[in-house]
Amino acid sequence: MELLATSATTTSLHYAFLPRKGLFGTPVSAGTERRCVRKVGPVKISAKFELKPPPYPTNALEPVMSEKTFEFHWGKHHRAYVDNLNKQIAGTDLDGKSLEDVVVITYNKGDPLPPFNNAAQVWNHDFFWESMKPGGGGAPSGELLQLIERDFGSFQKFSDEFKAAAATQFGSGWAWLLFKDNKLAIVKTPNAVNPLVLEGYPLLTIDVWEHAYYLDFQNRRPDYISVFMEKLVSWDAVSKRLEQAKLLV
Amino acid sequence: MELPVASAATASLQCSFLPRHGLLGALGHAGRERRCIKKVLPAKITAKFELKPPPYPLNALEPVMSQETLEYHWGKHHRAYVDNLNRQIEGTDLEEKSLEDIIDTSYNKGDILPAFNNAAQVWNHDFFWESIKPGGGGVPSGDLLRLIERDFGSFPKFVDQFKKAAATQFGSGWAWLAYKANRLNVGNAINPCPSEEDKKLVIVKSPNAVNPLIWDYHPLLAIDVWEHAYFLDFQIRRHEYISMFMDKLVSWEAVSFKLEQAKAQVAEREREDERKRRGEEEETFTPSEATTEEIYPVSDADADAL
Repeated sequence: MELLATSATTTSLHYAFLPRKGLFGTPVSAGTERRCVRKVGPVKISAKFELKPPPYPTNALEPVMSEKTFEFHWGKHHRAYVDNLNKQIAGTDLDGKSLEDVVVITYNKGDPLPPFNNAAQVWNHDFFWESMKPGGGGAPSGELLQLIERDFGSFQKFSDEFKAAAATQFGSGWAWLLFKDNKLAIVKTPNAVNPLVLEGYPLLTIDVWEHAYYLDFQNRRPDYISVFMEKLVSWDAVSKRLEQAKLLV
Repeated sequence: MELPVASAATASLQCSFLPRHGLLGALGHAGRERRCIKKVLPAKITAKFELKPPPYPLNALEPVMSQETLEYHWGKHHRAYVDNLNRQIEGTDLEEKSLEDIIDTSYNKGDILPAFNNAAQVWNHDFFWESIKPGGGGVPSGDLLRLIERDFGSFPKFVDQFKKAAATQFGSGWAWLAYKANRLNVGNAINPCPSEEDKKLVIVKSPNAVNPLIWDYHPLLAIDVWEHAYFLDFQIRRHEYISMFMDKLVSWEAVSFKLEQAKAQVAEREREDERKRRGEEEETFTPSEATTEEIYPVSDADADAL
């Protein structure tokens, strides 16, 4: 994931998935999938979130995560969150803000405003697709592995704890690995809640809403979680996020 | 739905879907799918919840709700809640309680104990299968229709409101039609519709496993909006599932029956409360505290003297 270019004009802005804290004073807004269109004066910016595709074709995670799942999960669910968010914020003072800003503002200290669910779910799903890759799984290395071993005892123990969090999030939600207070931690969250509002730097996530696994695994959530860990996790992405998180501490 | 038989020995106890209130002292206890096995002295009761089948074959709701959905939803999800609940309560003081009692106890004023999710989901799914039937849908009639029209304005307005509740329960959960005839202070939870208006129909939605029993309401109808309820048949199209549920699945007979039961329970509870209140008044009254004048009946002798 590239960091923001300072002189972005009409190109799409890609930004690393980082919480807004520490982003004040950085070049431009931390919006993903945002097209900022600058026209010749008077300067006019119209900002509308777009549905960002996963960084691989929708059949690339077969047979673990089917193309059919992608067609629904990305093509319908994720798309609906984006469309509904745009409808909700058009013409309001949230219009023009970065996605992360919208998430944090609408979380409203735990008393969420209507756009929160959609905004957070847009962010969560972007982050989720980037957390996986074809031929993923295996084990992390380098500093990430060191920190995992330091903070969980071993990679195996981390893996067990992460899987337990994902399996025991009752109802809909997510499980996360995050970097907080210079330590790694695992949290699970309900519905649309994510670590941006919990003051942590997300490094990895697994979607445990039933729609994420029902077509491929039906009620067998533990199988889905195991296969996610063994064959899907992109440790490269997680390592890169860790590097960025450390810069912001 | 039959009421429990007083002298059940090894037969399964069938009980209608009623909250426990009002069933205390009623025949048997309000345990669903519970097999109470009495053995020869010393009397030993082992109680284990069982997975109760829907009151129709698994393919009976086709094509609206597929057999495949029932096989997963009832055969795997519902079954898992039952099995997990039995494991959780074994050897604990919850083991001898009815399902409704376990829900009540484990809700624990919102700080839920581990058994709550499984217990409530067992109850919710039993209730859900009974809320629908092959060839369902249509419109209600009789007293139920009258109350719907009284409390929502019209049947279409009720339908719109119910569908909206079901559609807007974000994440996993349920939407309910319930009969609200309760005390404002429900003790165990925060009443979501607190008002002096009682004995009316309300629509409520709840997250995850929560159900109206915890608010001391009487559930009449439920729709499951966990994604597993509709994903195989409708994928993301929850609105369509909800519409089909209303058009082709709802068992208004079941809803009417539950309304009658709810009203009967409410009446019984009011009588109990009245008896209790009178009993307390009698206990607090003693002759030495009488403030009224002693009145001696006038006898014939007195009359003669006057």
